[in-house]
Amino acid sequence: MAIVNSIFWKTLVLKNLDRSYSTPQTMSCSEDHTESVDCTVKPPVFLQIGDTKGDSARSGVCVVDVTLPYGKPINIEKITFKNYYTAYVTVRLLRRKAEKEGSTKWCTALTDLALMDNPHTDGGSQNYFSIHRRQMQVQPDHVESIRLILRQPSSAWRIFSLEDIRLFPHKELAPEKEVSDWLSDLIVVKQPPDLEVLLMLYVLVKSFYNPDVTACFTTLAQITCCQFLIKPRHISSLQGLPDPQTVSSSIQQMWALTEVMQANRTTASIGRFDVDGCYDINLLSLT
Amino acid sequence: MEDGTDVSLSIAQIVQRLRGSHLHSQLERQAKDCLHRPEIKLESLKEDVRSFLRASGWEKRLQNAVYRELHVQLPQCHPTAPAEHLKEPLAYMRKAQASWEKRVLKSLNSMSTELGVPLARMRPAGEQKDLTNKWNEMGTDEPDLSRFRPVYAPKDFLEVLISLRNPNHDSSEDMTVKSHWGLIQVPLNIRDIPQLRQAYSELNLNNGQLGIDDHAHVHPDLFENNYVHIGKKVVVEQDSAAAQQYSRRGCPTGLRSDLWALILNSTNQPQDVMHYEQLKAGVIQHDLLVDYLIYKDVKLTASNDDYYFVFEDFLYQVLLCFSRDTAVLEHFKYNSATPPKSYVHGKVGNEEFAVLYPPNGVIPFHGFSMYVAPLCFLYNEPSKLYSVFREMYIRYFFRLHSISSSPSGIVALCLQFERLLQAHLPQLFYHLRQIEAQPLRIAFKWMVRAFSGYLSTDQLLLLWDRILGYDSLEVVAVLAAAVFAFRAENLMEVTSLASAEAVLADLSTLKVMPLIQIFLFATAI
Repeated sequence: MAIVNSIFWKTLVLKNLDRSYSTPQTMSCSEDHTESVDCTVKPPVFLQIGDTKGDSARSGVCVVDVTLPYGKPINIEKITFKNYYTAYVTVRLLRRKAEKEGSTKWCTALTDLALMDNPHTDGGSQNYFSIHRRQMQVQPDHVESIRLILRQPSSAWRIFSLEDIRLFPHKELAPEKEVSDWLSDLIVVKQPPDLEVLLMLYVLVKSFYNPDVTACFTTLAQITCCQFLIKPRHISSLQGLPDPQTVSSSIQQMWALTEVMQANRTTASIGRFDVDGCYDINLLSLT
Repeated sequence: MEDGTDVSLSIAQIVQRLRGSHLHSQLERQAKDCLHRPEIKLESLKEDVRSFLRASGWEKRLQNAVYRELHVQLPQCHPTAPAEHLKEPLAYMRKAQASWEKRVLKSLNSMSTELGVPLARMRPAGEQKDLTNKWNEMGTDEPDLSRFRPVYAPKDFLEVLISLRNPNHDSSEDMTVKSHWGLIQVPLNIRDIPQLRQAYSELNLNNGQLGIDDHAHVHPDLFENNYVHIGKKVVVEQDSAAAQQYSRRGCPTGLRSDLWALILNSTNQPQDVMHYEQLKAGVIQHDLLVDYLIYKDVKLTASNDDYYFVFEDFLYQVLLCFSRDTAVLEHFKYNSATPPKSYVHGKVGNEEFAVLYPPNGVIPFHGFSMYVAPLCFLYNEPSKLYSVFREMYIRYFFRLHSISSSPSGIVALCLQFERLLQAHLPQLFYHLRQIEAQPLRIAFKWMVRAFSGYLSTDQLLLLWDRILGYDSLEVVAVLAAAVFAFRAENLMEVTSLASAEAVLADLSTLKVMPLIQIFLFATAI
């Protein structure tokens, strides 16, 4: 019976994990969890040919330096920004050779990434972009400063720039243990010494995975059931508590129901346009 | 690798949308029912159920549903992009659309106050009963519409488009090749003839077309019989993607209604009929101010048209229900427009009592009913006609009256028309400009209605075949330029806007496919 229960819990837990990856919203949620790094974006410097005083020709090249706080080089995961009429961008990185001491060297990470379909027309001119470390020609590690070279060859535009430039650091993900492995570890070990600690850690890991509050709550409930399953020899000593088998089977039924409900969640609307049957409108709102 | 994540994101979004839909429950029921069948074995349960679904046509239906979702899917974009960016990426276009909408809303508000007609009211029981009885002959009911006027006409909208300016665009130079001959002054990316030739390769001179090669003096064995035979096969296969590809060379008259329903994935299942009945109940229960606008529009346009006046009752039945359909609100995710908001009586500012007006968020303008009229030739059942129209509106027609940078949007179509004319008929363009008869002022009304009401019906339906086949309204701009090219000789002789309009007043004798084919493939570059 315990084996059947353990398989049931494994599949439920695995399904829970699947669900957290299947909805795009949760995917972007986990993206937002990584904070962008504090950096200083210097004002753009436009390159001129010859005499800098002569303003007649507008420059088509400008350089934007993004510096990181002194002594805190980072490994870049991605650079995000919003385009404003820049046609091409080249990314150069100032990297430190070794961990602590060593010379710094500029290298080109990306040459002439096209941001606009056609430099003379509006397509792509105000879009949001990310440059991921996978797209870069060199490893963006131990980076102290970033130089973005913006090019806009068309004379059709007054200004061009990049807005809201953000750097995201690369996080080495700890090798994730399959959550079910935790459970099977707990179930196999006969008398786990610090079971309470292990279970609380498990809850914390789960909550990191799936920030959805209800999922955490359900996970906690799962944990309490696990406790009943895992400590059979203690059950007889607990007087006045409900039989663990009945509790676990009723909770199993509840779980099955919630699974069915959540799997069948539909995005279709009911179609009512009134509020409780009333649709008497005064004037249209102009704001 | 980026493509991989994009694809999986698309898949996740489509699964989310189809989950819980009627098709989903039908598939589940079919899968459950088929378990009784002898060919389903327990050992290979999954494969057997799958092959059953494939053989019985259910997999094809799912495929068509997914294909439909791909058409209305939000464009893939950056996770940090806000929702308004999905609607319209360019800030100045969003601003222009918002101020245009505000003008329209003000106009509607003032109409309501001046005429003393509430925006919406519940019909008393007697009136509801009357309307139910008269549902199939609403055309005979002649409410007093003299006080109502359309909220806006296409020419008002044209003025807004002409005044559109990109604040970052440097137009300090006086006469440049790119900009200043025409009325539209925004630098959108549009395709020129060499690119159009590649994109519309099925319309090539070497390919047979319906509208050209089905003419009386061409022997049917040369093209038509074979083509109709293929069309019948496509209908039997019930495949949306195949129907769309087929439609690029035209749809035979006898198969057109089935093919269009396939392309748009409009089924007429019981739940669609029920949905239509629900909308009908909404019409009977509440009386909206936009209803009078619809009445007025139908009376002014379709009822006066030789081809469409017989369908007057159908038009009311479709358009009034259309106004009540909240399913249309979904398309505002990718439409630059925003549905107008209001509050139930006396609860202004209280979000719990916020509603959208009209329920579908679309305020009809002068000529709106012409989007529905040609469809009446294809479908005679109101619920089927309704679902085909709704799908066509949320895929194509909404772009003709909202300001956006989409390549199928009206701004891009106007720009494309002007550029095509400038590039290939510069003398004509210059001449018309000199006599203050800018070509766009004449062609705009054709394009806003996708030529409905200007061409003869069979020709119009051939044009709309290509709109569906290529999933784009670009062909409308190409036809507008082709019409000018066709009448170029006469137009070179005119000396005023009025006479230019007179030359182009009657398009009912035109054959659209030869014009488009010659303009695209026989013009010297």
